[in-house]
Amino acid sequence: MTPDELSQLSVEERERQQGFEHCLNVCTAASCLSSGAEEVKKGLTTAVKEKGLREKCRIRGAGCMGLCSSGPLVALDPEDVLYQHVGVDDVPEIVESLDTQPVPRLLCDTTIPFFQRQKKIVLENSGRIDPERIEDYIAVGGYRSLARVLTEMDPDEVVQEIVNSGLRGRGGAGYPTGLKWGTVAKATGAEKYVICNADEGDPGAFMDRAVLESDPHRVLEGMTIAAYAVGATQGYIYVRAEYPLAIKRLRQAIKQAQRLGLQGDRIYETPFRFTVDIRLGAGAFVCGEETALIASIEGGRGLPRPRPPYPANHGLWGCPTLINNVETFANVAAILREGAGWFSSIGTEKSKGTKVFSLAGPLSRYGLIEVPMGISLREIVFDIAGGLPDGKSFKAVQTGGPSGGCIPARHLDTSVDYESLRELGAIMGSGGMIVMDESSNMVDVARFFMEFCMTESCGKCVPCRVGTYQMHTLLDRIYNRQGTKRDLELLSELCEVVRETSLCGLGQTAPNPVNSTLRYFRDEYEERLVSDGVRGPSGDPLAQVEMTP
Amino acid sequence: MVVAQRVQKVSHPSDDKRWKIIDATMRRAGNDRHALIETLHAVQESFGYLGDDALRYVAKRLRIPLSTVYGVATFYHYFTLKPPGEHLCVVCLGTACYIKGAPELVDRVSARWNVSMGESSPDGKVTLLSARCVGSCGLAPIAVVDGEVVGRTSPDELVDRIERLGNDDA
Repeated sequence: MTPDELSQLSVEERERQQGFEHCLNVCTAASCLSSGAEEVKKGLTTAVKEKGLREKCRIRGAGCMGLCSSGPLVALDPEDVLYQHVGVDDVPEIVESLDTQPVPRLLCDTTIPFFQRQKKIVLENSGRIDPERIEDYIAVGGYRSLARVLTEMDPDEVVQEIVNSGLRGRGGAGYPTGLKWGTVAKATGAEKYVICNADEGDPGAFMDRAVLESDPHRVLEGMTIAAYAVGATQGYIYVRAEYPLAIKRLRQAIKQAQRLGLQGDRIYETPFRFTVDIRLGAGAFVCGEETALIASIEGGRGLPRPRPPYPANHGLWGCPTLINNVETFANVAAILREGAGWFSSIGTEKSKGTKVFSLAGPLSRYGLIEVPMGISLREIVFDIAGGLPDGKSFKAVQTGGPSGGCIPARHLDTSVDYESLRELGAIMGSGGMIVMDESSNMVDVARFFMEFCMTESCGKCVPCRVGTYQMHTLLDRIYNRQGTKRDLELLSELCEVVRETSLCGLGQTAPNPVNSTLRYFRDEYEERLVSDGVRGPSGDPLAQVEMTP
Repeated sequence: MVVAQRVQKVSHPSDDKRWKIIDATMRRAGNDRHALIETLHAVQESFGYLGDDALRYVAKRLRIPLSTVYGVATFYHYFTLKPPGEHLCVVCLGTACYIKGAPELVDRVSARWNVSMGESSPDGKVTLLSARCVGSCGLAPIAVVDGEVVGRTSPDELVDRIERLGNDDA
């Protein structure tokens, strides 16, 4: 396919879509599917057929619309109407009302801050296109950035554009993406690889899953542009086996891209070639760490190794390898389309663009949101999510999963950017955001995350393998009102040791949930302590051993 | 010097047709040892678990020491080395589910069928597993029963649901 043929296809598809008087978008992302969206879609399809409206109405399975708390969602184009909590029983009424007034009892108000305060880049197509059809993506301008990159730009220019945009890694650590691309581009190797890290392991995070399920081509386009910029010919998407729908849609997307010549040899009739394969994770959290991920793609146990050498120089099979997160790649096509200047005008001085968060917990509204960097946590919790219902009071918001921390109410006005969150002892993380009310005990929360890290520790280095076990024992003891003041001291000390001496990010960040809860909710620990000598029989002598680095 | 690698003739552990799916997976990857995880996924998808005979077969075909294959199979939580029970109940223990009471779901199912986490019940009816977030936190707490997501559930409802499945079989 040539760029002209792409434009042609885009025009044809838009005309075809405009041929329909109505388009009913049914959200078919994981959360709505679990609450019955598939039945609604089937029902609508049958009803439209029976009414003889097939020429007039298109029923489209679309990606995530964000407001998971009101699912299943159905959006009407071009009326711009959103229906919430749609059940199969509502189908006749919806179809009946198509040419008249919308059904009032199902209406979802789209003027609320949940919709108005968001800024969509990564999710711009999510819920608006059919993720299972490449033509839908092309009709909204998809693969046009790739065409421009391949025909008008040098690889260096592409890297420079990403540098100028100020995009930083969305996997959590926030490493400047342009710098990473530049390093891989300069590295020498017979072969280079591009890897998309879709091993979204944080409990309570589902952003990457939503992007892959709602707009898979966007990620493929980003990866292909990256491959051109760094000089790679082979790409891998490492995706969790627990995400069957995302895997299915990615497989479909790759086939479709190959069919149109957007993957494989001579992309857009240029000498550039690039192929993407899928590699399935197998449920190991540590594989989100880049060197462990590489070990897993190579078919072995997912054990991290010391860095340097960094994967940018010595990665998959010893070759220079670019690893970015799903959301990072999903930003690329938009940056090249709108320009680095546009992207860097959004956000704060050091954190540019937007961030996708998956919002959960006892909130009035929750789901998937994309907000500009620099927005305050208060705006997210109380405006976008509508606060806590039923008079519950806010206690803390947890960001960054097992590597992150709990932020208390008094810091709610903090701006959401990499640096500010780190100062609070939390991290941006991949984007899980869980709000807790007063019914959550913070020692229990810390214990929960430590249990997670303990189970997920790969066992390669001692500080993480033994340290997380000991910290869990101490937390368990304190939670069960058997810990002493000495135990609390040991816990703090262990936090320091594990953070300083662990091999990879898993161990280095494992103490974060403990540290942040100790910092902001120390009273909850202290009220559970007993005085020395009162400890019950379950005291584990091992935890008494002094740990010195 | 490149030595042409002889593909060893290794016969299937049984005349089950599913071995052909496993073979095809390995062939697609050129019978390369890097295909180990992909192959184990294929085995688990076809047979429901990674049996001893399967591990031995894959090791021979891909020319990898059995110890390495076993090491990989046990490293990843997704793989199971024991045959699953009739019904599979996966309770999500992600953060959102945890704070909404998922541990109680585990306790109740565990008590009702005398099954501990990661195991199958003595009567072979129920296998109880945990998941680290299934990505539908809006529906917390969640269990996945035989592949079907049961959202906003309670211990009673979940137990009832699994019991009804058992009755349908009878």
